[in-house]
Amino acid sequence: MELLRIENCRKSFDGEEILKGISMSVNEGEVVSVIGPSGSGKSTLLRCACMLEHMDGGTLSYAGRIAAQEKEGKVIYANPADLKEIRKTFGLVFQNFNLFPHYSVLKNVTEPQIIAGKSKAEAEKKALECLEKLGLKDKAKNYPCQLSGGQQQRVSIARALALEPKVLFFDEPTSALDPELTGEVLKVIRDLAALHMTMIIVTHEMNFAREVSDRMIFMEHGVVRAEGTPDELFGSDDERLKSFMGKLNGN
Amino acid sequence: MTLDVIFKLLMGGMGVTVSIFVLTLLFSIPLGLPVSLARMSKSKVVSAIAGVYISIMRGTPLMLQIIVIYFLPFYGFGINVTSGYRFVAVIIAFSLNYAAYFAEIYRSGIQSVPKGQYEAAQILGYSKAQTFVKIIMPQMFKRVLPAMTNEIITLVKDTSLSFAIATAEMFTIAKQIAAKQASLMPLMAAGIFYYVFNLLVAWVCRKVEKHYDYYKI
Repeated sequence: MELLRIENCRKSFDGEEILKGISMSVNEGEVVSVIGPSGSGKSTLLRCACMLEHMDGGTLSYAGRIAAQEKEGKVIYANPADLKEIRKTFGLVFQNFNLFPHYSVLKNVTEPQIIAGKSKAEAEKKALECLEKLGLKDKAKNYPCQLSGGQQQRVSIARALALEPKVLFFDEPTSALDPELTGEVLKVIRDLAALHMTMIIVTHEMNFAREVSDRMIFMEHGVVRAEGTPDELFGSDDERLKSFMGKLNGN
Repeated sequence: MTLDVIFKLLMGGMGVTVSIFVLTLLFSIPLGLPVSLARMSKSKVVSAIAGVYISIMRGTPLMLQIIVIYFLPFYGFGINVTSGYRFVAVIIAFSLNYAAYFAEIYRSGIQSVPKGQYEAAQILGYSKAQTFVKIIMPQMFKRVLPAMTNEIITLVKDTSLSFAIATAEMFTIAKQIAAKQASLMPLMAAGIFYYVFNLLVAWVCRKVEKHYDYYKI
């Protein structure tokens, strides 16, 4: 089943076109990573998909429901009630976590569920379940500032998972972490992949992407330069692709 | 005249001073919030109105504002006010004036909350109102506490400006006694009162700030 479909997505900032007509689709259970040099538009694409940015052109749909479509050169978003429902389809893990600092770890994971309509008891039960899965149950009463970056990122993953999204986006989830802390976050994502969680991961961790992804998308200058299985991309004859992958592998 | 006699004479005025202080905070702290939201409104008209309001309140002397509000009903509308209006006018003027300052402090606090907090809330399904009340406002409050403390301490001293319309607050009485006795002692006593009052205010504010130390932004 197709969970996400983006067609011909275009986005400009201050007259500079960052996305020049990107299309992608993601099926249930797939792990897709989006790679490419800085400034290639990876994060912008992800932010457009999550509706944190409005597209200038193109179509966006989740599980067959249209969130935004182009009509007479203008992108029309669905009405607020529909968007609210569509937003429940996906979750997003931010580069710098964006946990709520004034809430305890438990409340960070609990409150969004209550907002979504669950009872407090139900939400807390689910929150503790998610925290336990991520090895953070003993941190439930702590505040984000008392945790390491890796732990904070794991809390933010727990927060996203507690809402049971069908698709989970990761925006460079380890870029704000010390190198020795990236491992614990990558492990969590790896475990989710093993459980066939549908994920779209923007990342610079090339070896990790290769290992965890079903499909990789290589972006450059606002277009998809190459797309395929990790083996296809790593085995590609494309000089640009080879040099990019080689550089990031430290060769 | 000994200091304790002076303090006894000033006692009644102290009650009025404390009332002005408490009532002003009671009205201006909440009133600052809609003013600050109006200032940040996307509507240019709303934002401009709030801007003019803040500009006038900050740009003219509080003493003048007190006098204008006291005399406005009579000179503006020909209404004869009762003597009780004196105190009401003081509270209105102080509340309107301090709300403008608080509004700007709130604005700085709201604007210093990182954009990521709004984005996370949006992704997690919070409505705009929920985002503001649950996520932004509590963090704003922590951020503005030091600036609020400053403003509140200034308010203690500013209460003395209400002598301009002869409100029977402490400073007005102190001045009267000083004139009658040809002595600086009553004013010294007033100074001691303000100083001690502010020590107390600073202590309370520090306690509140400490209370919010349980998290870092």
